[in-house]
Amino acid sequence: MSPLRSPLTLALWLLAASLLLCIAGVGVGSLGWEPVWTRNGDASAAILWDIRLPRTLGAWLAGALLGLAGAVAQGLFRNPLADPYLLGSATGAALGVAVLLVLIGASPMAASSWVARLGLTGAAFGGAVAAVLVTLGLAKGVQHTLRLLLAGVVVGMVFGAFAALVMFWVPDIMRAMQAFLLGTTGFLGWGSVGLLAAIFIVNLAAAVMFSRALDALSLGDTTAQSLGVALGPVRVVLIGVMALATGAAVAQVGLIAFIGLVAPHLVRAAVKPTHRWLLPLAALAGGVLLLAADVLARWLLAPRELPVGVLTAVLGGGYLLWLMHRRPL
Amino acid sequence: MKMVRALLLALCAVAWNAHAGRVVDDRGVALELPRPPQRIVTMLPSLTEMVCELGACDRLVGLDDYSNWPAQVRQLPRLGGLDDTNIERVIALKPDLVLLASSSRAVGRLEALGIKVATLEPKTLSDLRRVWAQLAQVLEVPDGPARWQRLEAGVDAAARRLPPALRGTTVYFEVNSAPYAASEDSFIGELLARIGVVNVVPGKLGPFPKLNPEFVVRADPQVIMISDYDARALNTRPGWGRIRAVRDGRICFFDAEQGDVLVRAGPRMAQAVQLMVDCLAKRSAAR
Repeated sequence: MSPLRSPLTLALWLLAASLLLCIAGVGVGSLGWEPVWTRNGDASAAILWDIRLPRTLGAWLAGALLGLAGAVAQGLFRNPLADPYLLGSATGAALGVAVLLVLIGASPMAASSWVARLGLTGAAFGGAVAAVLVTLGLAKGVQHTLRLLLAGVVVGMVFGAFAALVMFWVPDIMRAMQAFLLGTTGFLGWGSVGLLAAIFIVNLAAAVMFSRALDALSLGDTTAQSLGVALGPVRVVLIGVMALATGAAVAQVGLIAFIGLVAPHLVRAAVKPTHRWLLPLAALAGGVLLLAADVLARWLLAPRELPVGVLTAVLGGGYLLWLMHRRPL
Repeated sequence: MKMVRALLLALCAVAWNAHAGRVVDDRGVALELPRPPQRIVTMLPSLTEMVCELGACDRLVGLDDYSNWPAQVRQLPRLGGLDDTNIERVIALKPDLVLLASSSRAVGRLEALGIKVATLEPKTLSDLRRVWAQLAQVLEVPDGPARWQRLEAGVDAAARRLPPALRGTTVYFEVNSAPYAASEDSFIGELLARIGVVNVVPGKLGPFPKLNPEFVVRADPQVIMISDYDARALNTRPGWGRIRAVRDGRICFFDAEQGDVLVRAGPRMAQAVQLMVDCLAKRSAAR
């Protein structure tokens, strides 16, 4: 294998891959591969501009948010198995969506009611934030990493059980729920892209600002403290980043599994960077991964679509397994 | 020798077919019933509807959780769904025949407990005709074919009510907001074809394909029908504002009860066609 690359080289590679995938994302539509330059007429320009471009950018941004949140989670909890859904946000979002679907179902065609206006996006975000807040409450703040981890796992299970219970009572929502649980990038519009981009920039800036604290944390809490890291504020900010990034991504594209877990590992398999580099690199890797999955999802069976969550697991997991086979991580 | 055996087999087949209590179900398993069943459990709404339409509603003793038509079956005991069939309660009802969907997990368990089980699952119009004949045979309803002719006539009559100017209208039928569509190959698609309108989703994609939303924008249907009441507002989907149906407001949302009529491949197909025709006629008048 090639010698250890520098983080900058990897970043350039990932950016190039993102660019190529963006071009592919704009070129792949419901008829399979149809390049931009062969377009004809007003309608196809609109399809390009209103559907494919926002969808492509949105998928990249959602993947980047998940990758970033995954890197933050693994650094903060000093656990290579940590993923951004660790604080219960995933099942919280699922519960929010399930409850919303039931409310809509109870009053069909209530298009003007507040429920419909809130929408699935709002319900998912609300559910995710609620679950994280419950976790923080149970863990009595962010002081104890282990308590936090445990509370997150428990809240995840309890919220998941509630979501399953709602599905049991109202089985009509099952199919809609399944679509949400597998994740979908099909309905990303410019509004979503704007929101995701804003949250991504804020979160990336905040996370990179605290990257030195994450480096210090990797030596253990006490060492970090003796190095002059104010643990309390650092944890508050980083958990805020995690919750916001995951909540926003889940609300827009559903529960896309695996990216948050795999993206940081993919980066670490290529280079051994400090967190200042790892965080943006994990974001880039996450973006590349989800965008690649999205392009393949619409390409392979066009005009049918594969669930994008299935492809992220196959792509990311497959690549990681191959890396592990070549040399132990 | 071979020929003699074939002849014998053929004779046997004729003899068996003449015996009303025998039927081969969707698994290819032959079911022998000593007498017409009197205590029937159905675990699929469309089967419930067919049994009742064949005039054997009073022989039903238990149902799945979702059967809700005709009204007289609503008081019957509920025995769970496809995957959570309550075996114990089924046994307690002492049925002499249980009708199940092919995908049900309860089949093996019930058979092991000595219950007569037939799996029948109508998914298309031709399935429906076949299952109708099988049920008529099992229930020993003599005028099964005649009743089927009446159902078919009802469908044709409803289809003829579509104003001729609207024939050939392009339609997109969505069953789930993922979006899953009903293609030409589905039961819904077959009914649309009977009406004489054009389904924009071709049958080669499978009966209920999950589509790239862009496909619908390109196909630009004149009318959109939605049987899923939790469908998201269509004009908030990126690019969907340009679709003719959305621009002209020619979108029909069917409520849960109408959705049952449309989505179940059952004997209420004339009603289903009527719903579609009403949708097409009303929405074009409102334009």
